[in-house]
Amino acid sequence: MTQTQTRTLSYNDAIIEGIAEEMRRDPQIFHMSTEAPGPLAAEFGMPRVRQTPIAESALTGMAIGAAGAGYRPIVDWRLVTFCFVAMDQIVNQAAKIHYMFGGQTTFPIVFRTTVGGGARRAAQHSQSPYSMFMQLTGLKLALPSTPADAKGLIKTAIRDNNPVVFFEAGRIGGMTGPVPAGDVAIPFGQADIKRAGADVTIVALAWMVHEALAAAEELAAVGISAEVIDPRTLAPLDIATIRASVLKTGHLALADEAPPNASATADIAARIAEDPEAFAALKAPIARISGLEAPIPYSPALEDHVFPGRQRIVERVRALLGR
Amino acid sequence: MSQLTPDRQRQMLRQMLTIRRFEERASEGFRAGEIYGVVHAYSGEEAVAVGVCATLTDRDKIISNHRGHGHCIAKGADLDRMMAELFGRADGYCKGKGGSMHIADFKIGMLGANGIVAGGISIITGAGLAAQMDGEGAVAVGFFGDGASNAGPFHESINIAAGWKLPVVYVCENNQWAVNVPAAESVPTPNVADRAAGYGIPGVIVDGNDVFAVYEAAAAAVARARAGEGPTLIEAKTYRHRPHTERIDQPDARPKEEVARWLEPDRDPIPRLIARLQAQQGQLSDQELAEMEAAVQADIARAVAFAKASPFPTLASALDDVFAA
Ligand SMILES: Cc1ncc(C[n+]2csc(CCOP(=O)(O)OP(=O)(O)O)c2C)c(N)n1
Ligand SMILES: [Mg+2]
Repeated sequence: MTQTQTRTLSYNDAIIEGIAEEMRRDPQIFHMSTEAPGPLAAEFGMPRVRQTPIAESALTGMAIGAAGAGYRPIVDWRLVTFCFVAMDQIVNQAAKIHYMFGGQTTFPIVFRTTVGGGARRAAQHSQSPYSMFMQLTGLKLALPSTPADAKGLIKTAIRDNNPVVFFEAGRIGGMTGPVPAGDVAIPFGQADIKRAGADVTIVALAWMVHEALAAAEELAAVGISAEVIDPRTLAPLDIATIRASVLKTGHLALADEAPPNASATADIAARIAEDPEAFAALKAPIARISGLEAPIPYSPALEDHVFPGRQRIVERVRALLGR
Repeated sequence: MSQLTPDRQRQMLRQMLTIRRFEERASEGFRAGEIYGVVHAYSGEEAVAVGVCATLTDRDKIISNHRGHGHCIAKGADLDRMMAELFGRADGYCKGKGGSMHIADFKIGMLGANGIVAGGISIITGAGLAAQMDGEGAVAVGFFGDGASNAGPFHESINIAAGWKLPVVYVCENNQWAVNVPAAESVPTPNVADRAAGYGIPGVIVDGNDVFAVYEAAAAAVARARAGEGPTLIEAKTYRHRPHTERIDQPDARPKEEVARWLEPDRDPIPRLIARLQAQQGQLSDQELAEMEAAVQADIARAVAFAKASPFPTLASALDDVFAA
């Protein structure tokens, strides 16, 4: 199989394909979730693909125990909403256990979870709380925005010897795109320049990558050349690629559907602002395009109002550049 | 008990004595400022850890709680590295990153103490799942308190372990208090073991200060687990001799007479075991006991010397082991 062969796959199918390939390769990998994914259950069945009681806290802890005993568990929390009942296991146990015990053993775990709104599912089921996890040194965090990235990053997540939270953007689940066949793993900590440009750097996350790309098209029509960067992993964060882009463009905008308070965009903005060279290169203040500071409402017009989109990106970037 | 040779019985006494003397030294070190933070002594509960761990092998796994020194020692942890960890030194089990509440030795299947009440129960259940998938007959044992039996992880984990017939033994050390909350007020059933019925597994009550009774109950539960028949909940009724922690200014709500009663030799698990061995013709002479006591004291002294000789960790090591390679 050559790496140049590509197929068109959905984001969700690309993730399942990546997991299945890894499970074929390594018998220590197993998958637990309160609803077993059909294709994995069909191919692997018990005991490697388990449908479990609705007990996310126990599942999260059990993954830690099984990992410490030599397995490589994958736990799908499903909506990120449901992992909050497992916060002790995530915050106090998984994130710290390697360090706290002096690095005695490793805990290779993937926690899969779906984030984001847009499905009219109201406040509890529409969250994008990845920045909460950015405080938890000891976890790696992936947040792919395309089918190809999703497959390449899930493979890396499974091979990593640390607990990884793998955020899957619900809005993108059905989106299709080219996915290279075969064993293509994407390293963590490598941002991807989704579109090259010269006038402004737009760092965007998950669904907002696609909104930023659409915005870049509109901006091009008015003569603004936007570079769109997807960090792809929030821990480790590839600040170098963002920094290099800012040095080139002199303008930084950040787009995320999460609210701006203590967010990923706040963190990236601070890192750029505290870098003397990058700060000196900035010709205008940093602009953030975020969700509004409210729980996500249900009624369609309200929900759409709370989330940012391509229009808000275009407006903010044009204001930033004064054109 | 029939399976336990006199030698083995004396070894169990020696382990219990080691735990008691280790805790006394830890308490002394805490008061002297050589040991930092918080120390929860296991004194008075030694028969539980020793009785249970006597049924286990190195490939079996245990997990502990905040009161974890006894479980470590009973599982065979190295006293030197334990003491060095309490002293915050580079040669401690966790290179000085863990301290009293976070000692682990993964090589001997001790998956760690835990500062979160009930925090280890689901982790050991996962180790049980791993043991089941390995299919080699290993078991996983979780130690936790009466207080932890009121927390969610206890119920979620036992429910899953029962449903999946995982080879796990849940050992509730009911020392009748969770800090200053009596179990009589927080556990609505007469016994923690009664809760096993809700999960369709055996709930066994045992005198936690009788090391042989604990051994027998654990041996049966371990055999059941190894045979693939699933988990057991053992409730060991016991009592802690010390206040909740070694901090001196800490209120202790336990009635003085109650504490005093449990310290008496007919309740204290160590004098009870000594009396029993001495009553059995020729199993423990006064001289043997004195020699054992001296040997244990020497072990503790050596551990303290090791700890004191070990350097404090380098400041650069603060950033080591944040992530695994
Ligand atoms: C989740 C959580 N809540 C509160 C505490 C504070 N705390 C530490 S030990 C303890 C009591 C635990 O009682 P029990 O489980 O009976 O164990 P024991 O101390 O009696 O051995 C409490 C409340 C904690 N460590 N974790
Ligand atoms: Mg208690």
